[in-house]
Amino acid sequence: MLIDVHAHFFTERSGRGDWRDVNARRLAAGERMGITAHVASILGSWGHRSPTYFPSPGDVTHANEAMLELQRAHPGRVFGYCVVNPNYAEHALDEVTCRLEAGMVGIKLAASRRANDPLLDPLAEAAMEWGVPVLQHVWQHRRRDWPGQEASDAVELAELADRHPGTQFILAHLGGGGDWSHTLRVVQGRGNIWIDLSGSGVDTDMVHQALETVGPAQLVWGTDVTMGTGWGKLRYLESLGLHEDDLNLIRGGNARAIFPAGVFDGGD
Amino acid sequence: MAATDIAAFVGPYPYRYVQQAATADWLLLQMDRLGIARAWVGYLPSILHKDPALGNAALEEIVAPHHDRLLPTPTLHPGRPRFEDDLNAAIAMGAPAVRLFPQYQGLDPAGAEMRVATTALGVAGLPAVLTVRIEDARQRHPADLAPEFPAAAVRTLIRNDRDVRLLVVHADRAFIEEVHFGLTPDEAGRVLWDISWLWGPPEDHLGILLGTVGHERFAFGTGMPLRIPDAVVAKLDLSDLPAAVRDDIEGGNLERWRGRTG
Repeated sequence: MLIDVHAHFFTERSGRGDWRDVNARRLAAGERMGITAHVASILGSWGHRSPTYFPSPGDVTHANEAMLELQRAHPGRVFGYCVVNPNYAEHALDEVTCRLEAGMVGIKLAASRRANDPLLDPLAEAAMEWGVPVLQHVWQHRRRDWPGQEASDAVELAELADRHPGTQFILAHLGGGGDWSHTLRVVQGRGNIWIDLSGSGVDTDMVHQALETVGPAQLVWGTDVTMGTGWGKLRYLESLGLHEDDLNLIRGGNARAIFPAGVFDGGD
Repeated sequence: MAATDIAAFVGPYPYRYVQQAATADWLLLQMDRLGIARAWVGYLPSILHKDPALGNAALEEIVAPHHDRLLPTPTLHPGRPRFEDDLNAAIAMGAPAVRLFPQYQGLDPAGAEMRVATTALGVAGLPAVLTVRIEDARQRHPADLAPEFPAAAVRTLIRNDRDVRLLVVHADRAFIEEVHFGLTPDEAGRVLWDISWLWGPPEDHLGILLGTVGHERFAFGTGMPLRIPDAVVAKLDLSDLPAAVRDDIEGGNLERWRGRTG
């Protein structure tokens, strides 16, 4: 069992002629890597029609529909997060209800609004009611605003998680840029935040400090845009002599506990 | 063919506590695990030393017991008096190349010191290893304000003298394309790139570049111990390259490039 909790796909609205090829390459690479479940999202039009991190309601709806189509086309192998833009509160909640009813397994919060913003509360409540996790895009220790996104860091996600102790949160891409050591200190000991190891960052010390600070029970595996880096981190973890049970938690055991019961059973 | 890693280091790194970094044993452990036969090894502290030559003796001492697998790749400062003495010392220690970090030494990357130094290295038969970035700009220590090595400087240096040869590591796709297609074929043939910072599938920048720039322009580098070496091997595994192409990237291109121009 190997569950990628942070995958992405593209649509014809992505503004790139190779979108089908990229999707196909993700699935082919997943086969090679032994991924049994891709839990994925489509971030609107990826900037082509509206900004990646501030997607228009129309692009959100289209992306979620396309994600559901992929989930149906690859049953037991591809699973969808419902992407929302919380600035369009009513649309966001409607999307969540509609898509989770249709079988999506989580909510993706990107960077349209800070994680500690009250606009996110109804979405976090919905996640708890549906029993699905929230994958929150995080900039590890954001020290300033970065263009194109209203990124959150671990402190802000922790505020949201504290307000919603019954909701499960995945802190996105520890290797996705920024100061991961700051994030690890924030998340350490928090019961409802898991850290995904995805991202292009492959710092050796990041993996060691993640194991030492939060431990295998709070780590989940993922790839994000770059799959080789995800596989590299997994292989390195496997080389460290971890107990098999701990390694299995990271490979998918923790994900199975976070996502709705039995949802990944078809992919094992 | 077993791989040659042209982007490896030993020694502590001032901006992060990389507990494994100080030892050659850790490097060798990873190399054994991943089938890496040899590594061109730099000394991390020298990146920030005012006089990096002093650290080169420490590097030589660290790798000496493993001289068949760990080749010292010392750091020189092109702006220091008696640069030529440091270059001669590098040659004497059997260095296959020399690392230059002008962005950490307050030097213009394409300025007079760099042009003289890369030419001198070329005349001596040594390539210069240029590192575009040590770390991703998003994650650097607040005090690490050194600019990234610019693509324009690579073009300037390679055009400056026909003897100049450059090994450029930690470059991304856009950087490589800008330089490669901004040089004549003869000039581009004197540049070799490591693959450590290139994305594999599904975006597959590596695959695109192998098809456009040509696989013979690439070499194997990991960036360890700062970076997990498995990522580069995983990227090659995902790329499903013909065995001969993979062999070339892992070492064949480097050997032919050195032999042709060395």
